[in-house]
Amino acid sequence: MYKEICGKYAPTKDNLIYILHEIQDTHPQHYISEEAVQVISDYLKIPSNHIYGVLTFYSMYSTKPRGKNIIRLCESPPCYIKGSDNILRKLKNALNIKVGETTQDGLFTLELAACLGVCGNAPVMMINDDVYGDLTEEKVDEIITKIRGGK
Amino acid sequence: MKYFRSHILVGINETSVAAGVHDFVAELRQEINKHSLQEEINILETGPLGFFGKGICLTVFPENVNYENVKSEDIPELVSEHFLKGRLVKRLMLDSSGKFSPKFNYDQRIVLRNSGIIDPESIDEYLGVGGYEAWEKALLNMTPEGIVAEVKKSGLRGRGGAGFPAGLKWSFTAPLKAEQKYVVVNADEGEPGTFKDRLIMEGDPHQLLEGIMICARAVGATKAWIYIRGEYKLCINRLNHAIEQCKEYGLLGRNIFESGFDLDIEIKIGAGAYVCGEETALIESLEGNRGNPRWKPPFPGVEGLWKYPTVVNNVETLANVPYIIKNGAEEFLKYGTPECPGTKVYTILGDVAHPGLCEVDMGATLRTVINEYAGGMKKGFKFKAALVGGAAGVILPEKMLDVKMDFHSLNQYAAVLGSGAILVMNEHQSIVDMLWSILRFFRHESCGKCSPCRNGTQQLYSLISKIKAGEGTMDDVELMLTIAQTMQQTSFCALGQSPIMAIRSAIENFREEFVDITSK
Ligand SMILES: Cc1cc2nc3c(=O)[nH]c(=O)nc-3n(C[C@H](O)[C@H](O)[C@H](O)COP(=O)(O)O)c2cc1C
Ligand code: SF4
Ligand code: FES
Repeated sequence: MYKEICGKYAPTKDNLIYILHEIQDTHPQHYISEEAVQVISDYLKIPSNHIYGVLTFYSMYSTKPRGKNIIRLCESPPCYIKGSDNILRKLKNALNIKVGETTQDGLFTLELAACLGVCGNAPVMMINDDVYGDLTEEKVDEIITKIRGGK
Repeated sequence: MKYFRSHILVGINETSVAAGVHDFVAELRQEINKHSLQEEINILETGPLGFFGKGICLTVFPENVNYENVKSEDIPELVSEHFLKGRLVKRLMLDSSGKFSPKFNYDQRIVLRNSGIIDPESIDEYLGVGGYEAWEKALLNMTPEGIVAEVKKSGLRGRGGAGFPAGLKWSFTAPLKAEQKYVVVNADEGEPGTFKDRLIMEGDPHQLLEGIMICARAVGATKAWIYIRGEYKLCINRLNHAIEQCKEYGLLGRNIFESGFDLDIEIKIGAGAYVCGEETALIESLEGNRGNPRWKPPFPGVEGLWKYPTVVNNVETLANVPYIIKNGAEEFLKYGTPECPGTKVYTILGDVAHPGLCEVDMGATLRTVINEYAGGMKKGFKFKAALVGGAAGVILPEKMLDVKMDFHSLNQYAAVLGSGAILVMNEHQSIVDMLWSILRFFRHESCGKCSPCRNGTQQLYSLISKIKAGEGTMDDVELMLTIAQTMQQTSFCALGQSPIMAIRSAIENFREEFVDITSK
């Protein structure tokens, strides 16, 4: 599977970022495994330490398995002054996990992010590709319940 | 052509998509049809409308009424009251007094003149408002030197933060002989509170493409990359769609307009790192590396992507170019100030009546921007400070509300115009908290390449955390200034050189807050 994804791109180093994006997006646990790194390293003919260097530099990549829904809560100043801390507390309680952890059922991972560029609706979080703005504690409850119900 | 009595502009953006705008539009169409109004009322899906209401927002022309947070269940009332009987639905209006309309300055706009008016997904609509005329002119009636000279004459300065003259930048790259040259568009927009580039791209993607084309022609680049942050999914889709349309219409590709000039534009997606907005870090990232900045000189204009000459410009900078080429530098010089001609796009956030997006003449005062474009302070709130320019910006107190907003004037206050983000704080909000949040951001975003910034951001965060917890002293406050100054002098790139801005402006303008909290 990793080989197939690599094969869609020319074997040049500048495609590394894209290959990583696609491998992570198509993995059910949204992460880049050691095995994947090895396959990419063979394909692009670049050492795996370069790949780990890149992988750990960018905030969107993970080397640890993650949940089905990745929650990224913005903690930058405009969201912070609109109460992102309260939203974080609420999320931690509702999910019963800390930042960086995944729920037991594998449904949610909680992460913090820098400005997501949707500050007009602060406080903001993204769940996978969807943006949720103007968050309140009640709204967080609704969103989590809805996703839990829909699985 | 059909004559419509009213046009309903529906803002399609990340927020309204999340609120289910696509289903909403379908239902609205049904209801309009049900009343046989389809020949009279036009529904137009468009980009940003210029204000951030909650949920789904509509603007109706020619009435110039803004509705916000409109839901499916409101549709029957809206259609029968407003579109059938001509009575405005007050309860859904953004400002029911009708006095404030954030859209009043269309004729003063350059970058946003089509935003919220044309359908950004249709090249025909862009062509219909004179789009790509500048591209044709640049390619067929102007020499590359002529284009550079015109942009130089316009005085256009980079809108990505530093304000470097665009024409001058191009003039370094244009005469170089090289096998390959590139244009790179900086659409990595990571400065907290900034999202003007997103709205420019969502609202009028073709205008940006046209600017890129002209720039490429001027400097002799045959390939352009748009480096855009991964979160901006709607922009990415719209730009890809727009590029495809251009290829179909022969505006991109080989031998464009039989001129012998080839150009290809491609989108590259970032992976989440603020420092990648720095032009050399961005180039590293494009090459598939960690986004650590490079030493300058050589500047990218001479040695950039894969060592080829590369012009890096911000989205807003390039979006100004079609106007300049089509109408001439003289027209552009009518806007703004002599040192900083043109307009600036701002996003205004925080405790103002109407947070939103606006395009204002360079040199307008902060007071004007807040009062006239954002409707003043929100009811019941008093102005305390504005963070201008994001985390790398400055905190301005009330006594500086009359400072002119342009690169030249703000520099005199040791400030930068930066990204165009204006975050307004009310009297209950704490400057210490704000600074804490800013320094937490820098600690997280330092790329770690050089020690002044890697260690400095860490120390600044510890100090401000201590102060915030009420355990600090005024010596700690002074120490923050010393550290940030040292970072300013010794850091490798502008990221490490920026925290001094927020720190100095906070301490100078709100010293009593630091005295208070440290003497508890
Ligand atoms: C830490 C850092 C972040 C930056 N982020 C951006 C950004 O998001 N967008 C941008 O256009 N310029 C950004 N810049 C400025 C760029 O380095 C560069 O000056 C700019 O893209 C040049 O374009 P302009 O001349 O059109 O403004 C950033 C600079 C630094 C130091
Ligand atoms: S100043 Fe900071 S961001 Fe810039 S190179 Fe040094 S560590 Fe990296
Ligand atoms: S500050 Fe939170 S989205 Fe921009």
